[in-house]
Amino acid sequence: MFSSFMGWVDARFPATKLWEEHLSKYYAPKNFNFWYFFGALALLVLVLQIVTGIFLTMHYKPDTALAFASVEYIMRDVEWGWLIRYLHSTGASAFFIVIYLHMFRGLIYGSYKQPRELVWLFGMCLYLALMAEAFMGYLLPWGQMSFWGAQVIISLFGAVPFIGEQLALWIRGDFVVADATLNRFFAFHVIAVPLVILALVVAHIIALHEVGSNNPDGVDIKKYKDKDGIPLDGIAFHPYYTVKDIVGVTVFLFIFSLVLFYAPEMDGWFLEHANFVPANPLKTPLHIAPVWYFTPFYAILRAVPSIAGSAFPGVVAMGLSIVFLFLLPWLDRSPVRSIRYRGIYFRTAIVLFVISFIGLGLLGTQPVTDLYTILSRVFSIIYFAFFILMPIYTSFDKDKPVPERVTFK
Amino acid sequence: MRTLIFAFIIAYLSMISTQVMASGEGIHLEDVELDLSDKASLQRGAKTFVNYCLSCHQASFMRYNRMARDLNLSDKQVVDNLMFASDKIGDTMTVAMRPEDAKKWFGVAPPDLSVISRSRGTAWLNTYLRTFYLDESKAVGTNNLVFVGTSMPHVLWQQQGYLDNDPETGHLEQATDGSLSKYDYNVMISDLVNFLAYVGEPSKIQRLELGKWVLLYLFLFFLVAYPMKKAFWRDIH
Repeated sequence: MFSSFMGWVDARFPATKLWEEHLSKYYAPKNFNFWYFFGALALLVLVLQIVTGIFLTMHYKPDTALAFASVEYIMRDVEWGWLIRYLHSTGASAFFIVIYLHMFRGLIYGSYKQPRELVWLFGMCLYLALMAEAFMGYLLPWGQMSFWGAQVIISLFGAVPFIGEQLALWIRGDFVVADATLNRFFAFHVIAVPLVILALVVAHIIALHEVGSNNPDGVDIKKYKDKDGIPLDGIAFHPYYTVKDIVGVTVFLFIFSLVLFYAPEMDGWFLEHANFVPANPLKTPLHIAPVWYFTPFYAILRAVPSIAGSAFPGVVAMGLSIVFLFLLPWLDRSPVRSIRYRGIYFRTAIVLFVISFIGLGLLGTQPVTDLYTILSRVFSIIYFAFFILMPIYTSFDKDKPVPERVTFK
Repeated sequence: MRTLIFAFIIAYLSMISTQVMASGEGIHLEDVELDLSDKASLQRGAKTFVNYCLSCHQASFMRYNRMARDLNLSDKQVVDNLMFASDKIGDTMTVAMRPEDAKKWFGVAPPDLSVISRSRGTAWLNTYLRTFYLDESKAVGTNNLVFVGTSMPHVLWQQQGYLDNDPETGHLEQATDGSLSKYDYNVMISDLVNFLAYVGEPSKIQRLELGKWVLLYLFLFFLVAYPMKKAFWRDIH
């Protein structure tokens, strides 16, 4: 009965073919470890954000006179509104935690290297889109930090020589962040950027399944196949990794729920205190800080000194700090992928990079002081040195021999 | 190398601990123990709130009947005892004073208190409400240690009495006696802050209640999911 039904469908739509190509006959290396949960988790959080976002849209009002109150209306008067809103706000931070860990996995196991350059590039585009999505979403509650955060970031475009002011005006649709800005950010946040993200996710996965997954050893499992052409070290994604990911999802949801139910503000890290004050264009807060996931880049922006009163160099540095991530596949000259078989130079560079990235993140939340500015500059230099010097230290590194087959513990 | 790592960790920790609300002038803020299940405390806080706060300040997102339900009060009890500013039980806690007038009279419109506990924090509120002191230079005759130059007068002067700010020690001393002892006044403020914390997020009661069950469910689900993974992976070496 079922097989004849599937036969009918398959004659018209490649349902079975898709299922096999991407799940039941997609052979992934059998030695995935902890770091390999975060791709699936990112997909889970994406779905969570879309579903909760749809329900929020039913009650939210993108109007400067109504927006703040409509969020509180959701928190109080809408049935389960508080849960949906906290799922969405906690989901935003969770998304970045998961994505940063996912990117870090790619970094330490060399998943960006040949032949997976496009997987990495699609992923980086996803990261950019995610940042745009989060930035515009943060304006919507129309609190003080929503307003002033957007005001600061958009005014950065004003630092571009010659066209800057016109550009910032064009983005805002007004001389300050105002109703026009809120409305267009709403449109971008709920439809334009999500469409881009979904399309990129499809491209990211298709590219990955074309070349096959990397693994913690960074070895190519397609070198050794059995007589049926199945990699000896490969196992079908479904059921092996689906049942494994269910365990990962359960643990993730447990931690996620701890935050959601017992600390949704995360002491000001996920929901900033100042954002419980309605936006007031006449009252600049003493200290404006973006949400935690943007702070490393914000710290780089502030670390670069202005030239002739223009903040443009800082803006350029901030842009470059992301551009360099795109270039990773070509900056890394080592033949070895995984950190397990890399030499001391690369290992040291990764440690310094992580320290500087987290350090910048913390500094980005703090008011400017002399000491913090010096620290920000030191960390920024380390951050950029990691990329700029990469072709050199990866060429001269004393890499270890890579095994022929995956190691499985 | 080890000292370097240690120095980094110390530097990080010192930064982590300072994601704080602007507390103003560096006054030590004294937090208060919040208990949303202490309905008697919340009811006392509600009484103080509607009698002393809800003539200038609003809590325009807070509905009376929601409060009745959450504080174990009947609608009739709320209408008879706690509703002076409105006549419909489904209304939110608004006041008749227009913002324009308020601004003219006080210099600044008194802020809406719906989510004040979430923007200022309960420790700030608790300390603020206890540290008004006499200051001739101010139009309202008082000033505040936490919020220097506040345009809010010392509304609870009858209960606390007036305090003097001793310029030598920086401590507040009792200048005139109030109707309440220091202890009773502090209880009154704790109840009020507890109530403001409730008003800031009424759904917190459901949130904490539901959380336990979700975590329990996920834990039980894990007990199924993990052995299932083990079973599937038995032959993978």
